[in-house]
Amino acid sequence: MSSTPDPVWSNRTIKWVDRRLPIFSLLYREGIVYPTPRNLNYWWNFGFIAGLALVILILSGIFLAMFYTPHEDMAFASIERLMREVNYGWLIRFIHMNTVSLFFAAVYIHIFRGMYYGSYKAPRELLWAIGVIIYLVMVGTAFLGYVLPWGQMSFWAATVITSLVTAIPVVGDDIAVWLWGGFSVDNDTLKRFFSLHYLLPFVIFALVFMHLWALHTTKSGNPLGVDVKKPADTLPFHPYYTLKDAFGLGIALIILCFFVFFYPNYFNHAINYVQADPMVTPEHIVPEWYFLPFYAILRAVPDKLGGVLLMFAAIAIWLFLPLLDTSKTRSGRFRPIFKWFFWLLFIDFVLLGYLGAMPAEGVYITLGQWATAYYFVHFLVFLPLLGWIEKPLPVPESISAAVTDGHEKEAAA
Amino acid sequence: MSTLTRLATAAMMAAGLSLGAGATGALASSGDGPHLKQPNWSFNGLFGGYDEAQLRRGWEVYSGVCKSCHPLDYMHYRNLEQIGYTADEVKEIAASFDVPDGPDEWGEMYTRPATPMDPIAHPYENDAIAKLANGGVVPPNLSVMARARDGGADYIYSLLLGYADEVPEYVLEADPNFSLPPGKSFNHYFPGHAISMPQQLFEGILEYSDGSTPSAEQMALDVTSFLQWAAEPELEDRKALGRYTLLFLIVLTGLLYAYKREIWKDAH
Repeated sequence: MSSTPDPVWSNRTIKWVDRRLPIFSLLYREGIVYPTPRNLNYWWNFGFIAGLALVILILSGIFLAMFYTPHEDMAFASIERLMREVNYGWLIRFIHMNTVSLFFAAVYIHIFRGMYYGSYKAPRELLWAIGVIIYLVMVGTAFLGYVLPWGQMSFWAATVITSLVTAIPVVGDDIAVWLWGGFSVDNDTLKRFFSLHYLLPFVIFALVFMHLWALHTTKSGNPLGVDVKKPADTLPFHPYYTLKDAFGLGIALIILCFFVFFYPNYFNHAINYVQADPMVTPEHIVPEWYFLPFYAILRAVPDKLGGVLLMFAAIAIWLFLPLLDTSKTRSGRFRPIFKWFFWLLFIDFVLLGYLGAMPAEGVYITLGQWATAYYFVHFLVFLPLLGWIEKPLPVPESISAAVTDGHEKEAAA
Repeated sequence: MSTLTRLATAAMMAAGLSLGAGATGALASSGDGPHLKQPNWSFNGLFGGYDEAQLRRGWEVYSGVCKSCHPLDYMHYRNLEQIGYTADEVKEIAASFDVPDGPDEWGEMYTRPATPMDPIAHPYENDAIAKLANGGVVPPNLSVMARARDGGADYIYSLLLGYADEVPEYVLEADPNFSLPPGKSFNHYFPGHAISMPQQLFEGILEYSDGSTPSAEQMALDVTSFLQWAAEPELEDRKALGRYTLLFLIVLTGLLYAYKREIWKDAH
């Protein structure tokens, strides 16, 4: 399947360059003839959308940094000046703010797609692991970026989240001082957060390249979960998937632009347009929507250290999916019981997100604890057991066979 | 078609995730008491924009009523040209304010009439004086207020008209011990109901230069629209550009879909 011959270049300049740095051959092999399973559905669009969101974020961020002042007395005003006085400054900022939501939405769909279709199973364990690490760095980057406008929620989110490290026994307090660059969240914290927020996206960019490298080594999975066996199972990436991705991107951009131009502050907390005030604590400190499920897990445990550990475990557990899922069948399509558990997990995750936005009182606490418990039971108990108990449906022999079968059925109907 | 339905599900899922979060955020912040008044703002919706005459009336309310306590940070007198004042009128408005400047060549600080390039003058020299004059509270900056409160313009409008002389029943039912601290006023919409700012808008406290009737509702509408403009001066440009962008993207995406179908017609 990967035996596509390298192109024979006839143009002399191309030939000269390609002999010394095979960039044309690389693009041809990995971007044009790259053999892609012919049966990918639209759930396979979201990796590309996420990648483009990253590019938009980096580009808009570079321009934001030209006008932003990382200082506790000037940060808030520098952003107001950007939005009011700089030509199209408001556009750059609103694109940056809203593309974060697009990025996380695309990545969440991408992750759940991977869970449904067993994208983490051999030989794609490392591809999956790099993806989980990308998500972790994204979380850190988004948190750092949210602090920079130095609004009330920026400041108090920074205070709450950095204070979590004080839960670590013995060295916790020292680590907090080291993180803050002082004894509380202040000017020095803001400056280092700005520096790191500029650094980490490029780390993500490098990790995305490793993700793609691993992807192009093992090749894409597919909704049937059967290996590519013969050329008839695949289509060249271009023009089939370049166009399908372009169409998907068009839809994503329509949704993004709707928010950027008409509801630019929809995902923002109004109180973050009040400048940070260390003397006034907001009534509710709530993170951005994309952190809510994990915030609910953090709050489910009355013990601070336990909560922190559980929150990180909730993400880290994804790394162990290749071990926890004992089923030999990749695709959830052929796993009649797993299918139900997958959707239960999805509902549980959305419920956790809802609970994360609610005040930590009364029934929300109990619900949060049950939802957290279910989240871990799914991964630690149900997934391993399902592999033993469940009897998967017969899997088609090959992708092309399944496609032909489908056509015959259609013709018969 | 199944691909389309799947795509729609994906979009709904993404929207569901986000809308859910937004809605819950809004729910969490609404207390007891009456719902926010929701006038039919000219700036709502895909085609919304500002009414310049209304914004100028709003400026008259701001400079006649609010200005004595509340600043408009990040704004300059020159910005008033965007709501239909001529350059000369703006010069005149600016010159009616004194701003501190200096030091001059003798090392002395002095005050001078403001120019259109100056930031809109602060009502108080510093926060300490502002606190002293207002019962221990600094009157907040108003230029981002429409962005900085849940409910935005609806909240400002409701708050301005939301005063009551006596503590209503629903508050006492929720908290039998509720009593208004001295110097505070009762407001239906203010979190905690005890607001430091007394009621400001009474019929006829100012005269509009265009002859409109200065009822409390009219002044609240005008000054709220003005504050919305102060918070989002880019709104009209933003929505106009957004309409073109969306139209372009929808046509482009439609074409991409057709072309994708064309390319894939033999590949399924």
